[in-house]
Amino acid sequence: MITDGISDSAASVHAVLIGRLLASDPSNLGGVVLHGPAGPVRDSWIAMFRRILPSEKPLIKVPHHIANDRLLGGLDVAATLSSGKAISERSLLSHVAGGVMQLLSSERFALDKASYLSAALDDQTAVRFGIIACDEGLEEDEKTSSILTERMAFRIDLNDCVAFDDIDADDVSNIIERAANLALPDELLLALSGTAVRLGILSIRPVIFAARVARLIAALDIADAVGEDHAKIAATLVLAHRARFLPATDQQDEQQESPPPQSDEPRPEDELPATPTEGELADVILEAVRAALPTGLLEKLDHASLIQKSAKSGAGSMSQKAGKMRGRPAGSRRGDPRQGSRLNVIETLRTAAPWQNLRRRAQPNRKGVIVSKEDFRINRYKQKRETTAIFVVDASGSAAIRRMAEAKGAVEYILADCYVRRDKVALIAFRGKTADILLAPTRSLHRARRSLADLPGGGGTPLPAAIDTAIILAEQVRRGGGTPIIVFLTDGRANITRDGTADRAKASAESEEAAKALRSTGVQALMIDLSENRDGAARKLALAMGGVHLPLPYADAARISQNVNVAMKAERGSR
Amino acid sequence: MSARFPFSAIAGQDELKLALLLTAVDPMIGGLLALGDRGTGKSTAVRALAALLPDIKATTCAYHCDPVSPQTMCDTCRTNAKPKTHHIKIPVVDLPLGVTEDRVIGALNLERALSHGEKSFEPGLLASANRGYLYVDEVNLLEDHIVDLLLDVAASGENVVEREGLSIRHPARFVLVGSGNPEEGELRPQLLDRFGLSIDVRTPADVAIWVEIVKRRLAYEADPQGFIDQWAESEIALQKKLVAGRKRLANVITPDSVMQRAAELCIHLKTDGIRGQLTLMRVTRALAAYEGKSTVSDEHLKRMAGPALRHRLRRNPLDEAGSGTRIDRAVAEVFGT
Repeated sequence: MITDGISDSAASVHAVLIGRLLASDPSNLGGVVLHGPAGPVRDSWIAMFRRILPSEKPLIKVPHHIANDRLLGGLDVAATLSSGKAISERSLLSHVAGGVMQLLSSERFALDKASYLSAALDDQTAVRFGIIACDEGLEEDEKTSSILTERMAFRIDLNDCVAFDDIDADDVSNIIERAANLALPDELLLALSGTAVRLGILSIRPVIFAARVARLIAALDIADAVGEDHAKIAATLVLAHRARFLPATDQQDEQQESPPPQSDEPRPEDELPATPTEGELADVILEAVRAALPTGLLEKLDHASLIQKSAKSGAGSMSQKAGKMRGRPAGSRRGDPRQGSRLNVIETLRTAAPWQNLRRRAQPNRKGVIVSKEDFRINRYKQKRETTAIFVVDASGSAAIRRMAEAKGAVEYILADCYVRRDKVALIAFRGKTADILLAPTRSLHRARRSLADLPGGGGTPLPAAIDTAIILAEQVRRGGGTPIIVFLTDGRANITRDGTADRAKASAESEEAAKALRSTGVQALMIDLSENRDGAARKLALAMGGVHLPLPYADAARISQNVNVAMKAERGSR
Repeated sequence: MSARFPFSAIAGQDELKLALLLTAVDPMIGGLLALGDRGTGKSTAVRALAALLPDIKATTCAYHCDPVSPQTMCDTCRTNAKPKTHHIKIPVVDLPLGVTEDRVIGALNLERALSHGEKSFEPGLLASANRGYLYVDEVNLLEDHIVDLLLDVAASGENVVEREGLSIRHPARFVLVGSGNPEEGELRPQLLDRFGLSIDVRTPADVAIWVEIVKRRLAYEADPQGFIDQWAESEIALQKKLVAGRKRLANVITPDSVMQRAAELCIHLKTDGIRGQLTLMRVTRALAAYEGKSTVSDEHLKRMAGPALRHRLRRNPLDEAGSGTRIDRAVAEVFGT
């Protein structure tokens, strides 16, 4: 096999193979996400890739803060002004033709740049290139935009790899021609498609990638035809990391029949393409993919893809605040147009006008208007900050079922309102020993409703953990440029401590402590009190949080919603 | 620039393909919204359609005006007795997410302003899209203020620029095609209503179609020109059918009984405003014309009720029932079947 001679971990072997494949046909494979911290492993992979990539093909680094003009081409305003002639900027896209773009900190690429790049990847008729996305994201809300990853065949997790220093370059230049002459048997194609369906992959792009990769692998292997082994490796490299659920093995079949609780699949399985009868071949390939999936990965994957989905509408999380060109124009100010802002020409000329005579005397040979750096005026933009309502719902046994129904009614009412106002909602539920984010901030009302309806009940009240989780989520929202507001629905009777032991006194103390921490963050909080006794624990907590206390018996759904509205408006006004 | 993937070679997605063809038969239908999974060939279909359509005759100005229709021309062409013309492909313009207002509506031409001190207009994407298609991928993630711009222009067919000392209006008639995944955020009702048709795009349910899609894609990559030649015949046949449909369109009659039923359907579904019914009338006529019929029948109405009305139902955000089901039910009741 082509992978012989490399004795390290399976992940490293795959990473080397991915390097060879990508170097042989970067534009058709889209690229690879290199997930992991900057460091020797990553550097050595890139160095290896550079050795393999034919020397005439460029490998260009692109930082996440690159200006759109530089990426796509445009007028170099600063150079134009100082020289008095039009000087245009050459785009990186035109430099990279045929080669590979290395995105540094790809998780921080703003949505607009990601979508420009993905459009460029799609448009194979213009510039052809591939991408290496160096993704350093640690948390689940920091991910390379799925608009891009959808169009890239591979993913390497660098944490599983060892350095690639001693991998030799080999000639990949004629791989494409060899691959083009290889036939891909129909049954392999059918098996690859079937595998994708069973892994819950709904897009056809990965299957196309897998088909291309299978042929390239066969070509690397100097085989006469694409065989089962090639398809297996292709499926492992391209399909495994996109798996959204594990196909059931025979033993698991029975368990799979009852839908898992809290399942948040975008679509019920019965709507998926019917599992085909493509025979043993697909089973063999599937088995290969399954072997490549570490245990427990599925849950992680599934959760991550959901988070990604909703986080994406928040546009690469970091981008919105930093954008200097977004939102509605609101006047101009002094500034440097090179840093990604748009020059306001009229204001700039107006500022320069009174100085013309003076400057002309200093530079008698200059023609036209003499503009210098201090005249630059750039546009200011105002962007509406989004409000995100984070619901923290008590699903423990102490919050009685009947009251829970009322609370759900209230939340649904608020949800409908949020929908009208285009606000986002997130949902945290706590019961038993933990507090979980059931729904990351989303605008999709449909999903919010469903996760609320699926909310299981019973168990202890881990209130301290719930408040902590809410604070973390609120801070994430803030980092993304939004305004969080936290709505608690609980009776306030904590009985599970942070470390998961049942100790009412300690849990209460911890709740208070967490509530004070919440207050110090300055996030607006609302406490909807589910208890019968409205001077009880919930009220005390509300005070500690500096939030509004709303006892449920006196608050019907409409009134709660109104209060949330008022709180949200106040938040907007204060920023 | 190499050639495009042929429209007729797109496997599956019949509803999407038909809807796209109908917007080409009658651009007045007013745009198309394709909601659904990623990687289902939405953008391939839009680009392929543009390649399928016959070239248009256009003036050489930045807005490629129609030389035979003075009322839709830009000011320069209208005052020019004999503007120069040439043949061009139907424009398909991408509107990327995160695009700036300047880029969309056009702005002061910085180069001219700075180096020559001239005030001139640099046309934006709306100008490029005139008489063609404006394609917005992930339209549900588009920023609100850009959406507002699009709404205004899509409704009036004219782009009015009043900024940076410029005062310019130019024609911008285009078919707005949007795509997106509703799981990732929903569209504002105002924007929804501006789309004539709405199509649910699903991953094909049949793995055989997947295989076919991948095979055709690989065949195209291996030899683009050969692949296009292979499909040339069906492309030409489709183009002829389309052109014939356009000619027939003006003569297609909608009987009063059909109009009556369309109205009943809209009332039954409580669609907001009259736009739904207008679109339904237009799209059924386009369908009849495309299929070589001279009158619109109930059958056409039944087939197009979904795409034309699906996105206009007043939504109770807490109602689980899909809009498709509600339309099916209403169709069954109105037609008494």
